[in-house]
Amino acid sequence: MKEVVIKTEALTKRFGDFVAANAISFEVYKGEIFGFLGANGAGKTTAMRMLCGLSIPTSGKASIAGFDVFRQPELIKKNIGYMSQRFSLYEDLTVGENITFFGGIYGLSDKQLRQKKDDLVTNLGLQNEVNKLVASLPLGWKQKLAFSVAVLHDPKIVFLDEPTGGVDPLTRRQFWDLIYEAAERGVTIFVTTHYMDEAEYCHRISIMVDGKIEALDTPSNLKKIYNTGSMNDVFYQLARKAKRSD
Amino acid sequence: MKQFLTFVQKEFYHVLRDRKTLLILFGMPMVQILIFGFALTNEVKNTKLMIVDHAKDLASAQLTAQIEASRYFEIEKSVSDHRQIEASFKEGSVKVVLVFPLHFYESLLHENKSQVQIIADASDPNTATTLINYLNAIIQDYATELKNPLSIPYQIIPETKMLYNPQLKGAHNFVPGVMALVLMLVCVMMTAVSIVREKETGTMEVLLVSPFKPILVILSKAIPYLLLSLVNVISILLVSVFVLDLPVKGSIFLLFAESTLFIITCLTLGIFISIKTSSQQVAMLISLMGMLLPTILFSGFMFPIENMPIPLQIISNIIPAKWFYIIVKAIMIKGLSFAGIWKETLILLGITIFLLIVSLKSFKIRLA
Amino acid sequence: MQPVIVSQLKKTYGKEKSVAVNNISFSVNRGELFGLIGPDGAGKTSVFRMLTTLLIPDGGSATVEGFDIVKDYSAIRNTVGYMPGKFSLYPDLTIQENIHFFATIFNTSIEENYYLIKDIYVQLERFKNRRAGKLSGGMKQKLALCCALIHKPTVLFLDEPTTGVDPVSRKEFWEMLRRLKESNITIVVSTPYMDEASLCDRIALIQNGSLLSIDAPQQITAAYPDILFAIRAGSMPLLLRSLGKYPKIKSAYAFGEYAHASFNDAAIQSEEIHHYLKGEGFNDIAVKKTEPTIEDCFIHLLKN
Repeated sequence: MKEVVIKTEALTKRFGDFVAANAISFEVYKGEIFGFLGANGAGKTTAMRMLCGLSIPTSGKASIAGFDVFRQPELIKKNIGYMSQRFSLYEDLTVGENITFFGGIYGLSDKQLRQKKDDLVTNLGLQNEVNKLVASLPLGWKQKLAFSVAVLHDPKIVFLDEPTGGVDPLTRRQFWDLIYEAAERGVTIFVTTHYMDEAEYCHRISIMVDGKIEALDTPSNLKKIYNTGSMNDVFYQLARKAKRSD
Repeated sequence: MKQFLTFVQKEFYHVLRDRKTLLILFGMPMVQILIFGFALTNEVKNTKLMIVDHAKDLASAQLTAQIEASRYFEIEKSVSDHRQIEASFKEGSVKVVLVFPLHFYESLLHENKSQVQIIADASDPNTATTLINYLNAIIQDYATELKNPLSIPYQIIPETKMLYNPQLKGAHNFVPGVMALVLMLVCVMMTAVSIVREKETGTMEVLLVSPFKPILVILSKAIPYLLLSLVNVISILLVSVFVLDLPVKGSIFLLFAESTLFIITCLTLGIFISIKTSSQQVAMLISLMGMLLPTILFSGFMFPIENMPIPLQIISNIIPAKWFYIIVKAIMIKGLSFAGIWKETLILLGITIFLLIVSLKSFKIRLA
Repeated sequence: MQPVIVSQLKKTYGKEKSVAVNNISFSVNRGELFGLIGPDGAGKTSVFRMLTTLLIPDGGSATVEGFDIVKDYSAIRNTVGYMPGKFSLYPDLTIQENIHFFATIFNTSIEENYYLIKDIYVQLERFKNRRAGKLSGGMKQKLALCCALIHKPTVLFLDEPTTGVDPVSRKEFWEMLRRLKESNITIVVSTPYMDEASLCDRIALIQNGSLLSIDAPQQITAAYPDILFAIRAGSMPLLLRSLGKYPKIKSAYAFGEYAHASFNDAAIQSEEIHHYLKGEGFNDIAVKKTEPTIEDCFIHLLKN
């Protein structure tokens, strides 16, 4: 029996008479890489915010890492990691300072922090960059560093919002290597992306259209269902039905 | 020309569609002027007045009765000791003192004129002036009422003495002061922010890569704010004339011409800030800290410049608002003509031309 | 004459003179759809800003429609259309007002060149009184394209028009570009999405300010030196690990559903790989030869 770490039931968010997320229900298992796809304005961001405890749902149920989104948003935040394309690290702090800062926020002890910092720096091969400003790193390194920092406190789940946007293809793959490693350690990965080849790397993916989850399955099953050879096509078939845009 | 007009039209859309800007633009001047104006019109009812009657004759008694009958004053008590006056002022129990000299009525009858002394607490200069004006009016009324058989009118000459703030700094000062403040805020900050916003949104890039002359981008940004600022000048004047009873003594036309000059000074400043900065926050901060604060400190509107240390007095000379403030005061309150303010106008013009040259020099037709 | 000629163009930033664009040269033919393909930070935007006269190069030269990008900046500004990477319209103006504004700024009117934007405009028309700030990503891009086209430029510079836009809108956007080509407008476009490269007539791959390759996409993929295999077996990380241990392996990386692998043995056959993987304990193995894509070429060039 697979351990369920995210469970939502008819989770809904309304803004006035606009239903941003409409009764979405799904489960994500421990150690799973779960791709969360959808066109711009389909409601991905809204759903993700609810799952991270940043926004209170209008109705429905959701439990994240065993905590209720209505009653225990603070506990949820302690047990998840978050990384987005827009904000990841402080550009005007050094690599080391960023690690210390984010570790400190999640309440790691000095000893733990020192250990984790060393591991992280060695793992990414950043030994010579520890004292350099993050601003001076290439984008790909920043993204890898940001991911490593997001999982620094061993969260149960890590939410990645378009983590590889604009990154070169080689770094993109190295980034996914990190994702796989984390998943093997039992961290659940919840990721959004606009790259359809990355959708293939996920164990299961859901595709949101107009606030609803229209499809949820493994990439290969989805391709069978929609009778096509590429995820791109699956996405296109679903998303073109969308009536609304953000 | 059509390009230019379209651009100006677009700027008006921006302003009119942004409620917050609109509120700042038109709400703030009104609020400021009413707050200052309220302080002025308050407290003139039933003010405590002390009478020191050395004469104790018919005229002093009649005049005292008339003052007592007015709704403005309440006669506190009559004393004959000057030291008591000082004490009452310090206590704050009395705002004005009226002193009748010995033989008040006699000299009125024999010489046709007599003197009274008015001593006012001028630490709140606005109130003091108003009180003195009211008191004067009552005294003059009384003088005309007294029938003179020789048909030479009696004259009562009040000798006014202001305590604590002899030059009456601040009286009637707030309207010119608020005008300088509002224009500074609207023109400098709004212009700077609206240009920098184009940089932030990336539209500046598109505008630069168009046949539209970059300098026209800047100019067409300035036009709407020039017009809106003139609207502000009008509304401030309307409120001060009709709500606060502060008439414009000098030429309205001259006042508008000088205001336009000052608005251009401010717009140039705003443009200069926008050239040097690339984010709205920085532009806003510089406008507030770098422009508004010196205007409040050094224009002479809040704090008398004569009382400042010499270095600060020198610094105050480069603050455009100081000169504008002097000009507006001269036109509105003293009723002076251009002959009386040409020097200040010239200085303001000089500052403007200097800023304009600096702005144009540092203006870039490219990014970075 | 070629509408865009770039020769040894160089741009550095800051006191440290960090190099953003490093002596790059290329030229674009009339009516061509030319793509500058590379990740963020590769120098694409700097190149675009130099070509649109917004930045002065630190070395080299370039002409657009025969005009020098430094000396003749005002002539270039009269001829080209430019769509910066950022959303660059007025969010508080409506669709209609934005287009009208840009048309007037460029001394023209919507009516005059309506035929150029007609295809795109009809999709926006029902929202024409909606403010630009309230549009979706895809719609904003369409509107920005309309505004960049309204003055009938002969060369159109589009800096990352599809970044952050979902795949459906991206596809539609590229269809619009293909149709524009028929109006004989030269289009220079940049993108970080490798899969968009094949939609261009010619492309330049750019990384760290230098060009890796310039050619037609078919030529670039044809020049791929190795035989590429697409392999599927079990979970991707396990597969990649096994392939990495294979003695003849040259490179192996994930590529969507499959792993793409090349080998140091030019004569290697699918069966041999299949056999090896079976020995590694994989079931349900699929191995086939595959045509390299631009992304494969880019990875190959990055590794060398």
